[in-house]
Amino acid sequence: MKEAAKERLVQICLYASAAVSLMILPIIVVWVGFNGIGAINWEFLTGRPYRFEYGGIFPQIVGSVYLVSLCTLLGAPLGIASAIYLAEYAPDNAITSAVRFFTETLAGMPSIVIGLFGLQFLVYRLQLKTSLLAGAISLSFMMLPWTIRASEEAIKVVPREYREASLALGATKWQTILKVVIPAAMPGILTGVLLGMGKAIGETAVVWLTAGSGLEAFVPRSLRSPTGSLPMYIYLLATQGHTAQGMQNAFGASLVLLVMFLCMSVVALVIRNYFLRKLR
Amino acid sequence: MGGRKATKNEDLVSRALFICASFSALIVFVIIFFLLGEGMSALNWDFLAGMTWRPSKSNFGIFPTMVGTLTVVTGAILIATAVGVPCAIFLAEFSPFWLRNVVKSAVEVIVGIPSVVIGFFGLMVLVPFIRDNVGGRGESILAGWIVLAIMILPNIITLSEDSLRAVPRAYKEASLALGATRWQTIRRVVLPNASSGIRAAIVLGVGRAMGETMAVLMVVGNPEIPWIPTSILDRVRVLTSTIAIEFSYVEWGSQHQHALFAIGVVLFFLVTALNFVATFVIRRRKLE
Repeated sequence: MKEAAKERLVQICLYASAAVSLMILPIIVVWVGFNGIGAINWEFLTGRPYRFEYGGIFPQIVGSVYLVSLCTLLGAPLGIASAIYLAEYAPDNAITSAVRFFTETLAGMPSIVIGLFGLQFLVYRLQLKTSLLAGAISLSFMMLPWTIRASEEAIKVVPREYREASLALGATKWQTILKVVIPAAMPGILTGVLLGMGKAIGETAVVWLTAGSGLEAFVPRSLRSPTGSLPMYIYLLATQGHTAQGMQNAFGASLVLLVMFLCMSVVALVIRNYFLRKLR
Repeated sequence: MGGRKATKNEDLVSRALFICASFSALIVFVIIFFLLGEGMSALNWDFLAGMTWRPSKSNFGIFPTMVGTLTVVTGAILIATAVGVPCAIFLAEFSPFWLRNVVKSAVEVIVGIPSVVIGFFGLMVLVPFIRDNVGGRGESILAGWIVLAIMILPNIITLSEDSLRAVPRAYKEASLALGATRWQTIRRVVLPNASSGIRAAIVLGVGRAMGETMAVLMVVGNPEIPWIPTSILDRVRVLTSTIAIEFSYVEWGSQHQHALFAIGVVLFFLVTALNFVATFVIRRRKLE
């Protein structure tokens, strides 16, 4: 009897802690949605910010999109190529494990450290200034290891038979990878890239140090121009805004950022679920 | 003839791919090189053990900031473990299959949720709540704990759940067949077998918490001159927030700038060491 009571109690505790952990983020999302929806209108989405906390966020939206696109263009091909090497070619030796170790190190590196490096090396040493290009390169450093990890996993789950069939038909290793393995792994790779893009679009510390102040009133015109982004805009208004208008704009920008982020993530998961179903 | 050309191409491809794969290692080296190059001159005993951080008077001691960081991270980890591990047990042992799938996918999304949004939530909801109901200015260690715990909870849940699920079914069945209750089985059989994985999850969580910038920055107050906190309602500074706040007005080439890079060096080595430990723990489990 006592054991049964204990069992019941433990079960209640487990359910409670699960409920708490699973509720927190829906609560935050709903909270942002509820407070931010009032700020969303045509002028807000297409206007420029002025006098710190007034006006719209068009340059910030475009800036974030530019940063993430450029970062993906730079980071994704490199990440996929690295993953192909690690999954298909890498011999089991010390060099390979060193490469793996440093990739993991890069994955765990605090974003502010990557930002500091970008500031010193890209912004000052290479004289890129705080700009779209410096921000995108720094972001791609952050995204690279995640892309590698996801792509490598996707390549590894491609069944052996696919490769063997292709090799048996006389295809070379590279032909097999290019024509058989990569197409089969593509949905998984795409998922990884999209999740990485989601991370990059919400990243604040890196763009703060390398891309721009966040309140830029103009859409970046070249790779060298300073670029505002949604996370920086939210940070500035949330911590230094004084008026109700400022708070409303911060909520509005948070909602826009969350929607962009969630779209990428949901598409990523849909692609992967489809992929897994196909493989089974 | 064609065969030889093909082999040559194959060789070229594998070399090109190797160069790509080494690129991330190269980036890490360049980062270490630049951090050390800029930070080494400020990295000394006075820096690590100094009690005052007052850039205007050339006092660069990060001891109170280190204490602040460790306090915030430790509390956050305790909260995240206390909530996350039971949640993982629930998912691995009690939840229906569909719920587990939904939660696993949701958690994967949540891991990447913009930290600035969580910080905003902390600033608008937690900080006023603490100010009105607990005391102090609201911006406090306590707020930092909660915000950071929210940030690392998803990592703790997924990794713990994976290692709980990796415990062989036969172990559980044997225990249940001997008449143990479900909870006894979990406590005596499942948890001990999954413990190394859970420990790795916690260590990785510590590393992530220590490197987190924005969410913490927005709720811990960041006093001008940090002191060693005496209450959980004190404002503190953490390593990451010091860099983020001060880089914008630092004079380039000054001692202050080198000190900020030295903080970067400290952060980098702390986090890398933690990740290294976690990888080691995971690898050992795989060998077993």
